[in-house]
Amino acid sequence: MGLFDKFRKGLEKSREAVFGRLGRLFQGRKLDESLYEEMEEVLISADVGVETSLWLVERVRRLAREQRVTEAEQLTPLLQQAMEEALAENDPAMRTAASGPTLYLFVGVNGVGKTTTIGKLAHRYMQEGKKVLLAAGDTFRAAAIDQLVAWGERAGCDVVRHVQGADPAAVVYDAMMAAKSRGADIILCDTAGRLHNKANLMAELAKIRKVAARELPDAPHEVLLVVDGTTGQNAIQQAQAFKEVVQVTGLVVTKLDGTAKGGVVLPIVREQGISVKWVGLGEGLDDLEPFSAEWFAEAICRPDHV
Amino acid sequence: MLEGLSNSLQKALSKLRAKGKLAEEDVQTAMREVRLALLAADVNVKVVKQFVDRVRERAVGQEVQQSLTPGQQVVKIVYEELTDLMGGAEERVRMAAKPPTVVLLVGLQGAGKTTAAAKLALSFRKHQHRPLLVAADVYRPAAIQQLQVLGKQIDVPVFTLGTDANPVEIARQGREEAIRQGADVLIIDTAGRLHIDEQLMDELSDMKAAVPPDEILLVVDAMTGQDAVHVAESFHQRLQITGVILTKLDGDTRGGAALTVRAATGCPIKFVGLGEKIEPLEVFHPDRLASRILGMGDVLSLIEKAQETFDLEKAKEMEQKLRTAQFTLDDFREQLQQVRNLGPLDQILKMLPGVGRLKALENIQVDEKKFLHIDAIISSMTKEERANPSVMNASRRRRVALGSGVTVREVNQVLNQFEQMQQMMKRLTGGKKLGRRNALAALKSLGGLGDLSSGLNVPQVGTPTGASRRPHRKKKKH
Repeated sequence: MGLFDKFRKGLEKSREAVFGRLGRLFQGRKLDESLYEEMEEVLISADVGVETSLWLVERVRRLAREQRVTEAEQLTPLLQQAMEEALAENDPAMRTAASGPTLYLFVGVNGVGKTTTIGKLAHRYMQEGKKVLLAAGDTFRAAAIDQLVAWGERAGCDVVRHVQGADPAAVVYDAMMAAKSRGADIILCDTAGRLHNKANLMAELAKIRKVAARELPDAPHEVLLVVDGTTGQNAIQQAQAFKEVVQVTGLVVTKLDGTAKGGVVLPIVREQGISVKWVGLGEGLDDLEPFSAEWFAEAICRPDHV
Repeated sequence: MLEGLSNSLQKALSKLRAKGKLAEEDVQTAMREVRLALLAADVNVKVVKQFVDRVRERAVGQEVQQSLTPGQQVVKIVYEELTDLMGGAEERVRMAAKPPTVVLLVGLQGAGKTTAAAKLALSFRKHQHRPLLVAADVYRPAAIQQLQVLGKQIDVPVFTLGTDANPVEIARQGREEAIRQGADVLIIDTAGRLHIDEQLMDELSDMKAAVPPDEILLVVDAMTGQDAVHVAESFHQRLQITGVILTKLDGDTRGGAALTVRAATGCPIKFVGLGEKIEPLEVFHPDRLASRILGMGDVLSLIEKAQETFDLEKAKEMEQKLRTAQFTLDDFREQLQQVRNLGPLDQILKMLPGVGRLKALENIQVDEKKFLHIDAIISSMTKEERANPSVMNASRRRRVALGSGVTVREVNQVLNQFEQMQQMMKRLTGGKKLGRRNALAALKSLGGLGDLSSGLNVPQVGTPTGASRRPHRKKKKH
């Protein structure tokens, strides 16, 4: 199965449940104001958010005027184009260290799938022949360390860990030392889930970041915010808060398959200027894929029967 | 919780509050803003539509137009409809006639089922039940360990058969174990699953058939977006859930899920979870939450909390001391302790009517450490100093600062506050009436609140003193 087909399959439910509604909406309808209004509503109900929904509809309206579109059915490619524009700034490439180990830091609120994401990425990098080291920086949640160790076993890489309640910055420090001496290429650092409005927990993250930056030049090379694809508009607040404290450089959107609508990807990229790097399209070990704006827009907009 | 929605709704309604007469236009504008506020809070599109239509219909109706304060009347309608939307009255857990009562927790991945299971167990224990936790999540790595660790923390037994067993079998044997142990509540933690995953949903149905549960509670992340409706609907269709636990409500989520889930399934929200610390789940009160959302405070919950934690005897003793002006630093510390027992102060503050609307208190971060400092400062004083702070000269202040690891300035602050408070007490007991301004100052210096202004990250009020100070986040404008 090609990568694009994987995208299509992963986003099947989003397409059917929400954007499929647009297709039906467009069918045999006249191009009038009420159509645009309904379109706006469908977008909002896909978690695209009020602001970006208005922006997209406005964009489609302009394109329709420019291209003298008269049939509602012809709006689908225009919406696809508008979405691509909204995601135009997105850059999925991952930064790596010029020399020495590369360090990626994973942050996010509770229960979004940080540890699982790290497990899948570790597997992916190991497959590419890189030497991966995991840092069990979630020293708060019960059994989080065991969870990461289980993933380490599956992927076949080492895990640096302390005990529950230890200082996560110290874990990250030890991981960097271990990576240097063992010649690891990539360090993936797990952190405890935290709600972004808890100042002291956010300060802890800033400290981890500081420790990383001190020991490795340019580290962390990416700070990835993991966001649950089912999250609504709160994802924007999350992105904002984490960006401020740990300078988030990219996004991982998990659970985008099946139920998730994932519309929140659009406002985050457009309004917050944070790039989506990876998307979780399934529950398997191989189901984490690099994000592609064009594919995302196409997979969501283009109906199945074409 | 829910500050975002609260702010935007209050903004939408504030223009109406003061109006003597309501033009239809005013109502229209307000309703448009209410609609956007609800949509931005992830309330389901359909639910919003119905809600706004109902409010609009009532707002232009007789009851409002004939009232003396139409603006207030609309606010009242919104309050009533909000309460109604969230389910009206609170709902308790249904207990089995013959124990054990079986509670099955289901939900998507990462909703917080395992944490909720432990918190629920704690809630039951608080009410003199003997819960048994059953670890039936055999899929997520280390999920069983997580429940075991939590169980140990709260001293509740956890039943497990490892990861190789069938979850249905685990539930069945768990029930037998409960009967053997004499546990009267069985809480089954299941694996997170997508509601469209047929195989895993079948597993839940089988579980339901094997150990008929008295409650099937759907655990929902309060940050869930528009999809919350579908999740709730499909779980309900498959399993006939009996209630909902809403988690992570302590974030800055606007909690659209709270307003949506009940409307979608007709199932009541029974509990809410605040925070990852294992504390009992809170019972969900729709009316109180509606009141909090509209900035009308939640004094009832505050009083209940106070009743639970305050020591009545001590309070009487304290009152006596206050009256006779024998209030010492020891008592001051005691009082602070009692306030702290209520829980995180920023959450307590939000329960006070009107506080949510205070600009200065927006986004406050109460520095709980400040309390520890005060405690340390007072502990570093001699008995004599505590009973009579007026002996505190510069050298004594220096000694106390060194002893408690703070600056002399902080010691001064505490002493000043205490002095203010004593003066106020004198005035109060002297029978003089306080002017509005003095009353406010008095209120501020009372107990924990006295230190609040300097313990908060509010630049307008407090002066920065510690390294723990952080600039508070900018609020997103709408």
